[in-house]
Amino acid sequence: MNLPRGLDSARPGGTPTIQRAAALCALLLVALLVNATRVQIFEASRYDDNPANRRQMIARYGAPRGDILVDGRAVTGSRDAGGMFRYERTYTDGPLFAPVTGFASQVYGTTMLEDTQDATLAGTDPDLAPFPLWNDVTRTRSSGGNVVTTLNGAAQRAAYQALGGRSGAVAAIEPSTGRILALVSAPSYDPGELSGSRDSVARAWERLNADAGKPMLNRAIRQTYPPGSTFKVVTAAAALDAGVVRDLDESTNSPDPYLLPGTTTRLTNEARGCEDASLRYAFEWSCNTVFAKLGFEVGLRNMTQTAERFGFNDQKLRIPFSVAQSTFDRKLDGPQLALSSIGQFDTRATPLQMAMIAGAVAGDGSVSAPYLVDRTTTKSGDTVSATEPRTLRRAMSPATAAALREMMVNAVQEGTGQNAMIPGATVGGKTGTAQHGVGNSGTPYAWFISWAQADDAMEPGVAVAVVVEDAAGERGEISGGGDAAPIARSVMRAVLQSQRDTGG
Amino acid sequence: MIEPGTPGLPGTRTETDDAPAPALRLPRRRGVEFALIVLAVLISMYGYCAVGLATQGTVPPGAARYGAGLGVLALLAHCAVRLRAPYADPLLLPIAVLLNGVGLVLIYRLDLETPGDRAAPTQLYWSTVGVALFIAVVLLLRHHRVLQRYTYVCVVAALALLTLPIFFPAVNGARIWLRIAGFSIQPGEFAKVLLAVFFAGYLAANRHALAYTGRRVWRLQLPTGRVLGPVVAIWLLSVGVLVLERDLGTSLLFFGLFVVLLYVATGRTGWIAVGLLLAVAGALAVGRLEPHVHARVADWLHPFASIDAGIGPNQLAQSLFAFAAGGALGTGLGLGHSILIGFATKSDFILATAGEELGLAGLSALFLLYALLVERGYRAGLALRDPFGRLLAIGLASIVALQVFVIAGGVTGLIPLTGMAMPFLAQGGSSVVTNWIIVALLIRISDSARSQYDGTAVP
Repeated sequence: MNLPRGLDSARPGGTPTIQRAAALCALLLVALLVNATRVQIFEASRYDDNPANRRQMIARYGAPRGDILVDGRAVTGSRDAGGMFRYERTYTDGPLFAPVTGFASQVYGTTMLEDTQDATLAGTDPDLAPFPLWNDVTRTRSSGGNVVTTLNGAAQRAAYQALGGRSGAVAAIEPSTGRILALVSAPSYDPGELSGSRDSVARAWERLNADAGKPMLNRAIRQTYPPGSTFKVVTAAAALDAGVVRDLDESTNSPDPYLLPGTTTRLTNEARGCEDASLRYAFEWSCNTVFAKLGFEVGLRNMTQTAERFGFNDQKLRIPFSVAQSTFDRKLDGPQLALSSIGQFDTRATPLQMAMIAGAVAGDGSVSAPYLVDRTTTKSGDTVSATEPRTLRRAMSPATAAALREMMVNAVQEGTGQNAMIPGATVGGKTGTAQHGVGNSGTPYAWFISWAQADDAMEPGVAVAVVVEDAAGERGEISGGGDAAPIARSVMRAVLQSQRDTGG
Repeated sequence: MIEPGTPGLPGTRTETDDAPAPALRLPRRRGVEFALIVLAVLISMYGYCAVGLATQGTVPPGAARYGAGLGVLALLAHCAVRLRAPYADPLLLPIAVLLNGVGLVLIYRLDLETPGDRAAPTQLYWSTVGVALFIAVVLLLRHHRVLQRYTYVCVVAALALLTLPIFFPAVNGARIWLRIAGFSIQPGEFAKVLLAVFFAGYLAANRHALAYTGRRVWRLQLPTGRVLGPVVAIWLLSVGVLVLERDLGTSLLFFGLFVVLLYVATGRTGWIAVGLLLAVAGALAVGRLEPHVHARVADWLHPFASIDAGIGPNQLAQSLFAFAAGGALGTGLGLGHSILIGFATKSDFILATAGEELGLAGLSALFLLYALLVERGYRAGLALRDPFGRLLAIGLASIVALQVFVIAGGVTGLIPLTGMAMPFLAQGGSSVVTNWIIVALLIRISDSARSQYDGTAVP
């Protein structure tokens, strides 16, 4: 008979039913432990990284953020605002440095250096810890480290003040190293308005985005403009390197007006004396006809190659944040090539790109990689990493660079760029006035690119590019020489002055 | 450790086998209990200090008072046991003290995040009430068999307690609260103990009928309606009340308790089959009909659905985030962010705080403490000779086991989440009081179990 083995089981060793019930409880315990292990160990990193999990944000804002330094002084700070996301970013001279610092917002994330150097500033960079894996073991975060920039505060301030509220941008670099000395965009905004999680932050964000002046657009690196006549530096370099022009003072045999190849479109000049002008004269007075013809004669291949050696069509430039691609079309017919060679048609460049061109001329023909971060340090100032200057490419032969320096100096001393002259220094420059808009109806952009070498210096100390979007005054009077050159002069003077002060 | 009275040795004692003298005296182990209680109080105080040091950098001002309070309560309980249950299992009381102490620490820690809503003082007050009732039960209940007389009183009282909240307004979607004079009482908690007494009493009396009569269908022995009727009726009624009150956790608990005790009492696997069948049918029906339950199941299957929908993480997702943040060793007391769970962080989701701040290590330790508590309950049951005591011990221990599983499994995403209190840890006066009564009854039963072998014990 199949006896039930319940409570009354007299079998020594106890009652199997109770033991089975106990086994069930043990099974439940095992299930709990296995599942807890799954959640806490195996799935942990997936849950930690879920964007809806606010813990990383809380940890991120739980300690003061590291600072961004200009000339050894912090231009950022942290304010304890209490609450869940405790520390808020503050900025001294926010609008001035916004194109460099970007913002660090609890709500809208980070941009510019705040973004690319976030690991250092937020203290998550493992190199900030005293020992490898130290933070993982102790479950702590290092104090936020500092980012030392290459900026020259005086130059930055000079550029911003010289722009004087007009829309435009300035980029200045040290030709021999690629250190970025100034990076200004106007109109600008105060990134401090976006710090924190108050209601005013959302309002500021909406207002800044709706603003027709686009204050959050970093014009120095994220906006491309038709470079206009400043591009003639590239065309001249190509003509010299390709052997199309062998003597700066020889006639270029160019007609005025110039008929664009295969068309009846007449290209004219604002300057006089461009017919059969020499390259030196044409550069000095910015003859469109001469450079359109030279570009066409150099040919698409050589023009494209030279432009790309200067940095056009490069999508990968980082300073360390990304720079918009400057473009020179690879497929052009004759008339398009002629127009592109004077910086019109589809040729577009960022102000930083144009500063790199001026820098290449000043730096014997090679383009230095521009960079903004000199080094990163721990909170106490010990260097964590440092940026080594490096050369991107050789854009032209040293002889061509020397010839261009000569012509650029002429342009400042005798030609269109006289507003850029600085006593006690050699300045070379090139003006540009770029047409744009449908049927060239928009207010032209005023350009100026230049470099300067103090008389007692071994090499040029600064190269700069300036663009002014809404240059004041009537159309036709606007010119790179009139509107942009004085701005470039202020920046260059500020750099040379501070280099003299520091004995550099 | 071989305990005298282990089922393998009924009526014998290994340590006296080679002892010629009839010295029939069992070790009472009250000293062990005392030492463990001191340890439990010290661990709790250490946790309390750790919270203050981590959050404010100083030992909290109330640390000494807190330690003294918990210590006095534990000591009083210990004295009562010494006095009236000298043979009781020495682990039961220390485990309860430690769990209650850790619970107070966790609630105090969460109070720091909600300055306007402090729950720890109330919890300490209810713990005092719980210990007072513990002492009362140990002192006044001379033998667990007394309870058998009140089998049917218990069921009537349980049903009354379960029905009462229907007449009170619902709180957070569940009609399980009584609000009297500013205090919220959850009668369902007390009903658990009463139902365990009833099930034990009824099944002890009717186990033969349940086991031997009835029809045989295939390999299952199905009981006759006459025997089964009352039990099923009571069960259906209590579950019905719970579905009406929308307290599914307790409903699940009653069902599990019922099936376990039925199986233990009769040894019929048929009951397990019938139970599972009923459970599946009930789950499907309730899942279909109740949108509340349906949503819980959907949350369990897709805990991050609300994030994908752009509404932000729900409580279960936040709970999983908290456990994940804890990792193996935890963030340390006071350094986690389980408060993000929001509503019910101190009650249903208290385990998430433990998981985040104490890590998998601390969580496992807590699970093992519960397991030990359950194991001691089962052991007391196994050692007893009378069927009622056996069933009562196993019923009470199973309540703890099932409750821990239902809520811990719920907040860690193992099973659909149902609102329930983690025994001793969670904020909730009724729950703490009930759990102290359960431990008191287990102490009483374990005392009977061990003293029955002791020649010197006074019956």
